[in-house]
Amino acid sequence: MNTKSSFGVAQVILFLSIAILVIVVAFPVLLILFNAFWVEDHFNFSGAIDILKEPETFKALMNSLIIAGMSTIGSTIVGTFFAWLVTRTDMPHKRFMKSMFLVPFMLPSFIGAMAWKILLSPNAGFINRFFMDHLGFDGPIFNLYSYYGISAVEVMYLFPFVFIQVCGALERMDPTLEESARISGAGLFTITRKITIPLVLPSILSGALLIMLYSMAHFGTVAVLGIENGIYNIPVLIYERIHQSGGSFESIRTGTVLATVLVISAACIIWAQRKILGSGHYQIIGGKSFRPMELKLRGLKYPLMFFCFAYIAFTIVLPTVVIFLVGGLSTYGLSFTPENLSLDNFKFILFEYDVTRDAIFNSVTLGLTAAIITMFAGVMISYVIVKMDVKGKGILEFLGMLPFSVPGSVIALGVILAWSGQFGINLYNTVWIILVAYIARYMAFSLKANSAALEQVHDSLVEASRACGATMWQSLKDIVLPLVKPGMFAAFFLIFLPSLRELTVSIMLYAPTTRTIGVAIYTLNEDGETVISCALAAIALIIIIVGQTVINHFTKKESE
Amino acid sequence: MDIIRVENVSKGYPNHPVLQNLSLTLKKGECFTLLGPSGCGKTVLLRLLAGFESADAGKIFIGDTLVNDPEARIAVPPENRGLGVVFQDYAVWPHMTVFENVAYPLKIADRPKDEINERVMRMIDIVGMKGLDKRLPSELSGGQQQRVALARALVVDPALLLLDEPLSNLDANLREEMRFEIKELQRQLGVTVLYVTHDQEIGLAISDRVAIMNAEGAIQQIGTPWEIFEKPVNPFVFNFMGIANFIDVRKENGAFLVGKGSQPIPWETPAGDAADWVAAFRPSDVRISRGGDGLHGVIRRANFLGAMMDYLIEIDGTHLRTSIETHHAIAQDLMFKAGDECSLSFLSLHWFEKESLKGVLEE
Repeated sequence: MNTKSSFGVAQVILFLSIAILVIVVAFPVLLILFNAFWVEDHFNFSGAIDILKEPETFKALMNSLIIAGMSTIGSTIVGTFFAWLVTRTDMPHKRFMKSMFLVPFMLPSFIGAMAWKILLSPNAGFINRFFMDHLGFDGPIFNLYSYYGISAVEVMYLFPFVFIQVCGALERMDPTLEESARISGAGLFTITRKITIPLVLPSILSGALLIMLYSMAHFGTVAVLGIENGIYNIPVLIYERIHQSGGSFESIRTGTVLATVLVISAACIIWAQRKILGSGHYQIIGGKSFRPMELKLRGLKYPLMFFCFAYIAFTIVLPTVVIFLVGGLSTYGLSFTPENLSLDNFKFILFEYDVTRDAIFNSVTLGLTAAIITMFAGVMISYVIVKMDVKGKGILEFLGMLPFSVPGSVIALGVILAWSGQFGINLYNTVWIILVAYIARYMAFSLKANSAALEQVHDSLVEASRACGATMWQSLKDIVLPLVKPGMFAAFFLIFLPSLRELTVSIMLYAPTTRTIGVAIYTLNEDGETVISCALAAIALIIIIVGQTVINHFTKKESE
Repeated sequence: MDIIRVENVSKGYPNHPVLQNLSLTLKKGECFTLLGPSGCGKTVLLRLLAGFESADAGKIFIGDTLVNDPEARIAVPPENRGLGVVFQDYAVWPHMTVFENVAYPLKIADRPKDEINERVMRMIDIVGMKGLDKRLPSELSGGQQQRVALARALVVDPALLLLDEPLSNLDANLREEMRFEIKELQRQLGVTVLYVTHDQEIGLAISDRVAIMNAEGAIQQIGTPWEIFEKPVNPFVFNFMGIANFIDVRKENGAFLVGKGSQPIPWETPAGDAADWVAAFRPSDVRISRGGDGLHGVIRRANFLGAMMDYLIEIDGTHLRTSIETHHAIAQDLMFKAGDECSLSFLSLHWFEKESLKGVLEE
């Protein structure tokens, strides 16, 4: 009898899982820290501080903080307000609005930034021009190329993080908590202040911290809108340094120091978020669905409804329409009349222009490959973390947290350091380096989806199959895999769709033949090819929306 | 012949010993119940037998095979032990139909298709699930899922069936029905059953032999249900086997006096020199009357519970509870009010030294 088979299998799986996370995530991050502090054979902390004190890096640091701060505050207010409106009031068309408020989740914010540039750039933006030409304004009504402009665009695309968390909390909150306060004689204002807000505060804060995390490390919006007035944040500066200097030692050093700042702030944010969600407050909100108490808006009912519709039209519909319209123009600057609009640009992009054709091909194959690899690796790693009881699991649990706290530009810089030949393997300027970076970047999504699915699979299901005579491998194949399939599908799409529009990582790693859709849209736009880049953006939007619709349909079926 | 032999097995988790030096044997074909309060380690013992966990020390034999011996580094994995296991939460695979669930052990054993078909359908029939073979577990009730789990565990004709609180998630009526069905199945198929539960009623109802474990994971008594009920070896077993009443008795000058008063016990008394004793009895062993023989007491509280009258009675500073059927109480003029005097006699008393009750009465 093979008495120790299960022991061996467990060790193999654990070893593989640790190896994947170390190679893909931990090693690049360690290289960044090493390069940031290790100069000429000795540890040099003050050197790193000196770099941060340089005017340019200091400004990037401050800008990242200012933009992240403003975006977080704005998104939290907008997200909480809309969440309250659609869950706790009698506003008409709430369901439709709720689904519309989630749309910005799937729209890439740098495409949004391009659209707003077309609409609101100080001298050429359609809206500014309209006010100046027809309403007699002397100058632009709004300067998009400012901290306010950049933050406003970020808010439009990031507020769903708070919105979705707060909606969830408000929907799951036991209404008897509020009702008992009401019976005790508390007025609605007191109830909101003393009961409702304290109960949803953890959700609000956790959503706000997520926004902070994204916004600090966000490349696209700032790169598109900040360039005119010289506003740049940490990821943009890392990109510029690495790109322009051709990889000189000084620029890499600056990059690694800035990346270290991002890693540390991300780690703090993740830590704070866990702390908040882990605190007892959250327990009061059960998993059960209740029918929450609804506030009658009375006279405000219709004004608020129109405000919501206006918000949706202005921030979601308008930019999308502009992208499609500009994508149809033969030359940028012409008016949107039928004779100026055609499908020629789209035809050109899809069938004639090498750059865009390659980009679409690259993005789709990269996305598919990364999604499949990450999906399987994620299942395996989550299995060890959630289900297995082996020595050395603690290391894996720690490594498993890493992907959640490493921003995209850090991953990109890390893989450059790791895979440019210093360690025997040179993937630089090939698609493979982008693939490795995508796997690292999206591992967190896969771990999340798969461990959620695995937690649903009770241990006794596997024990039952072992007792029926199945080996560990047979149990995995026959019982565990079929049951986590929905989680794996979710992981696949959670990776495939975002990777189609990925910019932050790809922009640092692309070579002339390895552009992705995101890179192509961004570079074409930088080169002044506005109509072509809008047309490509429109195609990307179509793919994303179709993909999302398919998933929604699919997941709905699955849950029925 | 012994089908299970557990020899001096110990098992613990860091800072938390569960089983220490435990030994146990099961005879082929018997229905054996492991009975103990929750957290006493009875499930751990079952998991050791099934092979989901390995002992820290000791030996476990199934049939003639040594399946677990940490000293010799032997730990046969569960799939090679040839057992049937039924879990508390059913553990029916939600992605397979009833048929697929029951067929799985045979498929793993590579049986021919015809045979699988025939045996599965027969087993589904035996557990009373005929016609439901194409259902998914989500379309079944809890009791039906438990039947599927039973069929799945029994379909390969295992010599030994391990049941871990299989009925505790079912409602009371179903539980009663299922326990007789399990007993009937066991008789019909001749399988040896090890049944783990904290519910003494089930233990007494279906077992050939019962083992009582205390909260520290030590076996207190092994015997037939009747022996356990009638001759509990210690207060723990007595207390565990049903709601028990205890009255304080003190020994003075060779006489056994109840409570703080001076009424001597007129029945059989134990030999022993201890000063403080406890007389234990079941509520059903108490006879209450107006002014008859026995000890004199005062009704302190009378509760009308519909079919039953419930009385709290004081005898010289010590309290006990008893209940009688209401219609009987009316017929015999035994409808007492608080403050009434009464006489009490006991059909059977179990004597324990008060010292030995430490840690038992508080529970």
